[in-house]
Parts: sequence; structure tokens; C-alpha cells
Amino acid sequence: MSSLFIDRLTKRFGEFTALDSMSFEVGSGEIFGFVGSNGAGKTTTMRIVLGVLSADSGQVSWQGRPLDLVSRRTVGYMPEERGLYPRMTVGEQLVYLARLHGLARSSATDAMERWTERLGIADRQTDEVMRLSLGNQQRVQLAAALIHQPDILVLDEPFSGLDPVAVDVMSEVLREQADRGVPVLFSSHQLDLVERLCDRVGIVRAGRMEADGTIEELRATAVPRWELVSDAAPAGWAGSVTGVRVVSEDGPRTVVETGIDGADQQALAAALAYGPVRAFGPVRPSLTELFRHVVSEPTPRPRTGGPDTPAPSGPLGGTS
Amino acid sequence: MSARSERSTVWLIASRELRARLLSKSFIWTTTVLVVIVVAGGLVLNLAQRSSTASDVSVGLTPQSAASAPLLAALSKASGLEVTTEEVSEDAGTRSVRDGDLDALLIPTDDGYRVVVDEALDTRLSAILTSLAGQRVLGEQITALGGDPASVNAAVAGAVVDVDRLKPAEEVDGGQVVAGYLAGILLFMALMTCGQLITQGVVEEKTSRVVEVLLATVRPWQLLVGKISGIGGVGLVQVLAVVAASVGSALGFGLLDGTSLDLGAAAGWTVLWFLVGFTLFAIALAAAASLVSRQEDVGSVTGPIMTLMVIPYAIGVSIGPWDPNNPLMVWMSYLPFCSPLVMPIRVAVGGAGTGEALIALAINLAVIPLLIWLAARIYGNAVLHTGGRLRLRTALGGRAA
Repeated sequence: MSSLFIDRLTKRFGEFTALDSMSFEVGSGEIFGFVGSNGAGKTTTMRIVLGVLSADSGQVSWQGRPLDLVSRRTVGYMPEERGLYPRMTVGEQLVYLARLHGLARSSATDAMERWTERLGIADRQTDEVMRLSLGNQQRVQLAAALIHQPDILVLDEPFSGLDPVAVDVMSEVLREQADRGVPVLFSSHQLDLVERLCDRVGIVRAGRMEADGTIEELRATAVPRWELVSDAAPAGWAGSVTGVRVVSEDGPRTVVETGIDGADQQALAAALAYGPVRAFGPVRPSLTELFRHVVSEPTPRPRTGGPDTPAPSGPLGGTS
Repeated sequence: MSARSERSTVWLIASRELRARLLSKSFIWTTTVLVVIVVAGGLVLNLAQRSSTASDVSVGLTPQSAASAPLLAALSKASGLEVTTEEVSEDAGTRSVRDGDLDALLIPTDDGYRVVVDEALDTRLSAILTSLAGQRVLGEQITALGGDPASVNAAVAGAVVDVDRLKPAEEVDGGQVVAGYLAGILLFMALMTCGQLITQGVVEEKTSRVVEVLLATVRPWQLLVGKISGIGGVGLVQVLAVVAASVGSALGFGLLDGTSLDLGAAAGWTVLWFLVGFTLFAIALAAAASLVSRQEDVGSVTGPIMTLMVIPYAIGVSIGPWDPNNPLMVWMSYLPFCSPLVMPIRVAVGGAGTGEALIALAINLAVIPLLIWLAARIYGNAVLHTGGRLRLRTALGGRAA
């Protein structure tokens, strides 16, 4: 299999720029976590990958060719909101969707049996989707995305609304699919989950990919932080050290950011001058902190604001 | 994608719609109720016809009054009341009246008749008998004067009034009027029901976001065509069931006696106009429905189209059966969207011939390609739009998608 390339996608909705030269790559067998604030352009990107929305410019390619309707049949897609017929039974629904993806009736039925079993909803096959709990509907939605043995997986918020057991099942399934060589792209606001599950992460802001790479790579780009514990040092002790910015001070615990090499040692020396230092070491920022860091930077260009989900709504849709 | 698999995609979508709707309780119920109404209506008409022809009154005549039978028959025929006579003895006749086997027993008296009835004398029969008594007295007087009552009666009967109509009355054929009504009502109901299924279906897919999953694998026009043909098939099943029930009860209950209605043509045209009307309205309604995301908002966008269905229907059934060649009817029967509701009534009532119907059909069919082009554009642009209602101009402009 091959990587999925998202190449300089731009999309405007009237005055609102939803995507501004969005580019990244999801490698074969890689789980790529897509994070960003509401309205940052994640859903729009995914919709364009699926061809549900067309980009103003840029393209999505796979195996060296732009994705078209035929190759999109090999994509498994899970939309952000439930995308199922509420009055159709689980089994019929999955078989129907599989057949739309080109499966014959018998293999569609086999796949439906297999996935409902695997996702723990086998006993709900003859129930209407609307009778299922949200979490179980989410499982059906995942089954719908997987039923045709896709070569690419695009999942918008697959983990929202799932109980811990379902989260484990979902994570397992995504890992399995990646191990088959499938590029897996998913978005989530559960950053701890993304941190645990993803091979690479992309942080989106205002329609641009602000940072992407492995968690380690992202950490490397962040300004180093150090934590120092000292009972002896008076409040505000680190303020005068050159190249050091105090991030937080909580009793004996002080966290500093160092702008220049060696500043951490100077801070340590300054603290030692007051008395014993009980602990000193680098702080490894979590994805949440990295995310906050990226997102809280000043906005790079003026924006006219927009809806939570950059669907083609809001600015275009009047209620007149 | 090959043409074959594009067709099979459309077929897959259409067959899902067919299965989902044909098996739905509401469809089964409406169709059953419609068929029952039609059959029950046929039965009522049949009973009404029978009772109007079988409203004969039986009169018992004693041996003494038996001679009045021919005169009674002549008088009753002139008054339109069918009277059968039966010769009985006075006692047996009285018993029969009490049991309800006879409506009246006629016993001659010196100055007229004594009539034995169970409760009351039918007013029409009363008039006939009064006239009969008068004739009898007259006959006696004529005999007393030396004349022949039979020849006087014959002369009286031969005296007729010739009516010279300056304006011939419009001939209203009951069978045609009923067929006209039925065609109008059936088409309206079927178009309305299917129209609602279309709008509900389109909005349901938008509300539940299924459309997003579907459009990742199928093109908007495939979804549109599949949905319209599936629901059209459902409507066709309903129309065929009701038309078959109508034809069946018309033949079965003998409702066609004395009408010049061409049942086959009326049924055939009704089905054909359903197909044309459905295609027009379904395309327009699907496009309109794609502009909104919630069932509550459907009315605001489909209202004008529904009006286009209601007005021709109201005019068609109120004027059509009585005055099929009213200028308004004639104009509307050629107007696209109106023809399917008006022309079948005119054809059923005999106001328009096959030629006129074919012209109207051609006009309506000619509009379809333009409508498809517009609808595909609107639907394709609007169906993925969520949130508030999309303006028609925006949807046509194509910037939304």
C-alpha cells in the first residue's frame, strides 16, 4: 500500500477561509492523529479527502494518483455525526453500505457478520439503529467504515461518546488496520488517547497544519522547560536569571522555560546559592501542553470567524 | 466506473427505497384503506343502483279489483314507479301486508278503493291509486253516457306535449363523472403521498448525515435518480392497486351499465399521468427538500410546489366532471405540473380526446430534461449543506459545494 498525500488544500466558504494550504502525509500503516480547536479545518479536510466536498485548490493523492470516485470506494469513512438510516436494521444497513462499496451480496453478508461479532453488536443485527445507544451506534458506524476492507481509513471523532471498553476495542481495531498497511487518519479532542495511539500527530490551526510529526519530534520543537524544587529559595528567585522565564511558581516548585543553551544550569546555580535543591529535571510536555502552546500563539493572519465545524454553513446559509 | 456498475448502484439505491417503503406499516395501511374505500364505494353505488331499480311496490289485487291491473300498470309506468301486481284473496292479502310481503292491498268499494297497508301508504303509490280511482269513476261515467272507456283512455294516453328545446341540455354521464372524480382524487393522493416520501427521504438522509457516507461512494445524481425511481415504484404499486380495485369493482358490481365510459382508457391514462406527474413533482420536491436540514423546515421550501399540486386538483375536481371544457380547465390541462392533475379528469369525463392528451403529455415530457438539469445542480450543491436553510440562488450558483 502507499501513503495518503494531502497537498496544499485550500477551501473558502464565502468570506471564511476554512483551509489554507493544508498539507500533510499519512504513511502506509501509520495512525495519524489530527488535532485542533473546533473550526480549525479538520472535518473540512476529511470531507475533501472523501470527495464529499471539493477543494478550491490542491489535491489528495494516493498511489501516485489523485483520489477519484473509483479509488474512494476503497476508503473507509466515519463522519463526525452519526451517518446511518435510523429506521434501518443494523444488519441490513451494513450489508447495503458494503454493497454500495462494490461487495457482492454474499461477501457483504459475511463481512457484516464478522464485524458485528468483532465489535460486540452481533446480537443487535435485527434492531433498528435508532433503538441502539449512542455508543452502540458508534460501533455500527465503525463497522460501516470497515465493512468493505478499506485501503484507507478516515475517521472523524471516532472516540467521542464511547465507554472505556469501546475505546479499547476501537483502539485495537485501528491498530490492526494500520498493521495491515492501511493509512489511518483520525481526529480527536481526547489528546491523551491521541498521544497513546498515534504514530504521528498533526496540530491544525486556522486551516493550516501548524506542526506535525511524532510526539517526540513535536516535543523537540517546543521551548525546553525545567522543574526545580527548593525550600530555601525565596519567592521570585528565578526572575533575575538571564535567559530564563518563569512559567509557574507553586510553593517550593518552580517551572521555568529557557530561551538560551545553558540557562538551565544558571537557574540551578542561582537556586543552589539560596540553599539545597531537592529536585531538578526537564519537564516533558504532554500533547495537551504542546497543543495549547501551538494554539495560543498569536493568530498569523486576520480571520473573519466562522462556525464550530467548518461545514459549508453559517456564512452561506441565511434563514431568510 | 463502467455504465453497468453505475446502473447497479442506482438499482441498489432504488431497491433499498422500495423495500424500506413497501414493507413500512404506513404504506401497507394507506394502500389497504384506499382499496377498501374504492371497493366499498363500488358496493354502495351498486346497492344504490339496485334499490333505485328495485324500488318497485307490490300491490295485492282482490279478484274484484283484478281488472284494474292494466290501468294500474300504465299509470305507475307514467309516474316512474315500478308497481307489480298480484292477485290474492282479501284475507291472504291482508296477511301478506302484515308480513311485509305486499306493500298494499287494493279492495274496490262502491265509490273508490279501500287500501290496506301495514303502516303508511307510499306517497307516490297514493297518487297513483287516487288517479286510478279517478279513472275508474271516469270510466263508469263514460260507460253510463254510452261511450267506450278504453278508447277514451287510449286517446288521453295518446295526447302528448312535444317539447322543443332551444338549448339542448348537457348530458351528464354518471359513470364518467365518477371516473373523473376518482382519477382526480387518486392522482392527487398518490402524488401527495409520494411527494412527501421524497421530501422526507431527502431530509432524513441530510438530518442523519447518511448522505455524507453515501456521497463518499456514489454520485449525487445516482442517489437522486435511485431515490426517485424507488419511491416512484412504491407509488406505482399503490396506484396500480387502487386502479385495479376500481376497475375490478366497476366490472364486478356492474357499475358500467348505461355509461359510455371507456374504462380501459381511463385506467391507462390515470397510470400514465401518475408516472409523468410523479416524475415532475418528485424532481422538483427532491431539489427543494435538499435546501433544508430538518423535517420542520420542509414546509417552507416545498410549499410553493405543493400549491402547484393543490390548486389544479381543487379546480379539476370541482369543475372538471361537470364542465370538462371550461376554458380554465382546458388551459390548465396543457400546463406542465397542472396537466397530470387536470387532463386525466378531462379524458375520463370525455372532455378531451387522445390527441389532446398526447399533446399535453408531450409538453410535460419536454419540461423534464430542464427540470432534471436544475434539480441535479441544486441537489448536488445543497445536499451536503447543513445548518440553516440554503438560499436557492446560492444552491444554483454552486459555490456551496
